[in-house]
Amino acid sequence: MARTSKAASPIGGSTQPPGKIEVTLTVNGVEARLQVAPWTTLLDALRDHLDLTGTKKGCDHGQCGACTVLVDDRRINSCLTLAVMKDGAQVTTIEGLAANGALHPLQQAFIEHDAFQCGYCTPGQICSAAGLIAEGKAKTSDEIRELMSGNICRCGAYPNIVAAIEQAMGVMRDKS
Amino acid sequence: MINFEYMRASSVADAVRQIAVAPGAKFIAGGTNLVDLMKEDVERPTRLIDITRLPLKAVEEMSDGSLRIGALVPNTDLAYHPLIEQRYPMLSSAILAGASQQLRNMASTGGNLLQRTRCHYFYDVVTPCNKREPGTGCSALNGINRMHAILGSSEACIATHPSDMCVALAALEAKVHVLGPAGERAIPFADFHRLPGDTPQIDTNLRPDEIVTAVELPAPGFAEHYTYLKIRDRLSYAFALVSVAVGLDLSGGVVRQARFALGGVAHKPWREPAAEAALRGQAPNAANFKVAADILLRDAKGYPYNTFKIDLAHRALVRALTQAAQGTPQSQSNKKIL
Repeated sequence: MARTSKAASPIGGSTQPPGKIEVTLTVNGVEARLQVAPWTTLLDALRDHLDLTGTKKGCDHGQCGACTVLVDDRRINSCLTLAVMKDGAQVTTIEGLAANGALHPLQQAFIEHDAFQCGYCTPGQICSAAGLIAEGKAKTSDEIRELMSGNICRCGAYPNIVAAIEQAMGVMRDKS
Repeated sequence: MINFEYMRASSVADAVRQIAVAPGAKFIAGGTNLVDLMKEDVERPTRLIDITRLPLKAVEEMSDGSLRIGALVPNTDLAYHPLIEQRYPMLSSAILAGASQQLRNMASTGGNLLQRTRCHYFYDVVTPCNKREPGTGCSALNGINRMHAILGSSEACIATHPSDMCVALAALEAKVHVLGPAGERAIPFADFHRLPGDTPQIDTNLRPDEIVTAVELPAPGFAEHYTYLKIRDRLSYAFALVSVAVGLDLSGGVVRQARFALGGVAHKPWREPAAEAALRGQAPNAANFKVAADILLRDAKGYPYNTFKIDLAHRALVRALTQAAQGTPQSQSNKKIL
């Protein structure tokens, strides 16, 4: 790959302060080229460079899960991810889950189960749940609770969130 | 966050070359701890060397029955790897007891070993901390020290190592493979992390110019009689007050071999060979487990807010040994006592 040949000198040049670096991300199926500083997190790149403000900044320390997105189909905390390290990656945010004008089964289930109050944690909850369903490790409500523990809801909508995820798991299983 | 330069390593040898010429540089893989510490101004590297594209992502079976885990294998992949689930379920359980699934998806095997303490004074840059700024003093010693060490601490530092995975790796007697300018070496797990002494700023015996390349697990995995028990302030996604990794080899109604390590109680996963030896040839019952726990904790020392940990560790060890002996390991999803 061309990028490895650049490794002998700092990527982005050695000027002080360090220069910006070009990063290509495929976000919700659309390729985006960005110029980012090395310290720009994926969260800030999504919100401030791409105007995708659905992904939320909660604690900004990987403790609340509001910033959860899918990178190459795995759920991660975008606040602890440097954008420059994800050059070439596929990113899915809350804005990319609905398809052909229809809500994602998780989005529909969150509405039906009233699985939020203020809604601030919801994009992270839904992206995390999408990752959880893809992982296929959670079969019981206990397992859903355990594997969703990285997403905090200060309104305390947890029972409804678990119910919504269980419903969406059923819908997605029936479809597949 | 501070400004820094960003580089990528093109090979493991290139990574070692790059770190050797840049004393202010750090390797970055998952970034789950390092990026957080950089946001807090605790870590201030002048350059990050991205190692995530290096070919250290395999789990390989070796001809002698051991397993070699590449340093960049994500925590999630390791926990769910069929060979780990079947042969080293204690390790799988310990990994799944730590952090959240998002963080486990990001965090690497090598990075888990190198994560730093979550002592809140270490994180709080306006308070003295010998680990962060040597010579300034330890704020935890006379502060809120509820989460802190009860074994192996010093006047300079009473921080604990936060990892769950490492507690299991200690009990399994893993080896850490590293590469530096002088070549490769393998560090026994018990010698990888160090006690604080009067240099608490140094967490491990990894040299600044070395990189972790793999973790090796010896063949015995204690898959029949094991558990990983974690006691914490909430049921999930919290650091351990006390955790216990246990592996037992039982036959003929007695303990042939016992391995156990405590987490959340010291600057490193805590093992005591004399405590394990005390169970050899003994019946796996509560009375004998209590004897082992007495030995393991005989030098334990509490501070104003964490003396409760001594009793907690004693009871947790007896319970964990009982669960392992009965073949009823702790579930990380259903936390009920079995």
